[in-house]
Amino acid sequence: MTAVRNNHPAADYDGPPDYRVIGRHGVFPQTSHDEVERINFLAQMNRHLAARVVPGVRAAYETRVEPRFEAKHGRTIANRHEARKAMLEDAAFQTWSALRRLTMEQRQQAGRWTVIRQREELNEKARVLTKGDDRLALDPALEIPRYVSAIDHHCMPGSYHTEYAPGDVTNGANYDHAGFVTTSGLLGTYSDGGGRAVAAWVGRNLPDFSPQTILEIGGTVGHSSLPIAQAFPDAHMTVVDLGAPVLRYGLARAKSLGVDNVRWVQASGEDLSMFPDASFDWIQTTMFLHELSSTAMRRIFAETRRLIRPGGVVLHVEQPQYTPDMPIFEQAMRDWDAFYNAEPFWSRMHEMDLDQAMVDAGFDRATLVHGGVFGVVDRDLFPDAQEDETEDFGRKAAWHVIGAVMP
Amino acid sequence: MSFADALNEAGAKPAGKRPYFLDPQAERVLAITMAVAQELAVARQRIDTLERLLTAHGMLAEGAVDGFAPDPAASAQRAMWNQEFIARILRIVQQENEAALLPEEVASGDLGDELARD
Repeated sequence: MTAVRNNHPAADYDGPPDYRVIGRHGVFPQTSHDEVERINFLAQMNRHLAARVVPGVRAAYETRVEPRFEAKHGRTIANRHEARKAMLEDAAFQTWSALRRLTMEQRQQAGRWTVIRQREELNEKARVLTKGDDRLALDPALEIPRYVSAIDHHCMPGSYHTEYAPGDVTNGANYDHAGFVTTSGLLGTYSDGGGRAVAAWVGRNLPDFSPQTILEIGGTVGHSSLPIAQAFPDAHMTVVDLGAPVLRYGLARAKSLGVDNVRWVQASGEDLSMFPDASFDWIQTTMFLHELSSTAMRRIFAETRRLIRPGGVVLHVEQPQYTPDMPIFEQAMRDWDAFYNAEPFWSRMHEMDLDQAMVDAGFDRATLVHGGVFGVVDRDLFPDAQEDETEDFGRKAAWHVIGAVMP
Repeated sequence: MSFADALNEAGAKPAGKRPYFLDPQAERVLAITMAVAQELAVARQRIDTLERLLTAHGMLAEGAVDGFAPDPAASAQRAMWNQEFIARILRIVQQENEAALLPEEVASGDLGDELARD
């Protein structure tokens, strides 16, 4: 195992930073000493599971799971589903899975405790920050689709959309302040490492691109949207999401961070008929496609095709697809979130031919682009995913980019 | 109000059927154990915070905690605390061992039936 060079003063330290380096803003929850330490513990749990337990799961796969399968079936494991089901019978996978699941459950409880105990204060702060601001457009009649309502993604009770009081931001604040746990701090000061990476990728690969209008679909509280809006301060950015609590929180957070070129619209990405054809120079999704359904994804791709302007850019950032050259063990481990962390579309989405899905939506195959990005963080405070050889299947801040650059 | 809400809602079940990887009884105990481990870590960090603050404010000499040598009386008190603590948390082991030495005991419900008949 190669140590993460995390630029921590203690050079031999290998792991997430102290949570106290996280960036705070006007609607960030107050956190007591013990609440901070709870988050630190849980981030270390995820780090421990990835760095010190997963190697045992891999070894068990090679020394026990594969031989047992071959002895029983007279052939090798053929696909990730067979591999996962075979691993479910093995103690190493069982123990790692039980610990990984309950760490996520503990993270949700910890984050919700912090937010719910101060819910009235947070809602009041959000109310003051967003009052009369026409950059927030909510639609209380919006129907929440089954792919969000039927199961709470990553065990987050109430998901992105449930409101507990008028003007509620509870689930936005929980999602924001304790997300640190899941990635062990790899997303940086404002959990914006993904957006910063995308902005840098665009700057590097499309140096002449100067968007005036940018849309992020499924932008939640703006973790990945704000760095894009900041990188293109003359552009007008629109974030759409299904959830009112994340959008309210998103506007309040953005304003308190001095990012004023973003508006927040409650809508389904499947139906963006409120925007005329060719409305946007750049349409972005970030770690979003895996929380949809086949139909929703088709409709959203069709909407992006309708809404993109000539000369514009559509980009989707996701964890890597399951390609034939990805080992079956890795595919099975990456599938864990689909079956055990309430990400039901993750498995199907990651086996899809995304190029074909783009073509089916009307994009010319010749315009498609592909790339890879790592989370961009403040390297004096945070570990750099690019230098981290620890694999936390599906959680690491290392993503693939697929998109289209329109003629 | 918010405290009661937090008690009720912080640990709310997320929508969707929970997967189990171990025997459910074992997994339940593991989940409780890891929550306790989390709180132990939190308490340990709080003690560390106190030590560092006391040192920074000149109320505790550097290395004083690690160099601490209890006098015989304190030593005995601390040893007894450890013994009491272990006896408390391993109570069920004591009781199961005591039971193993006894003849089959009567269950309260069965005794209740018997007493009702008497």
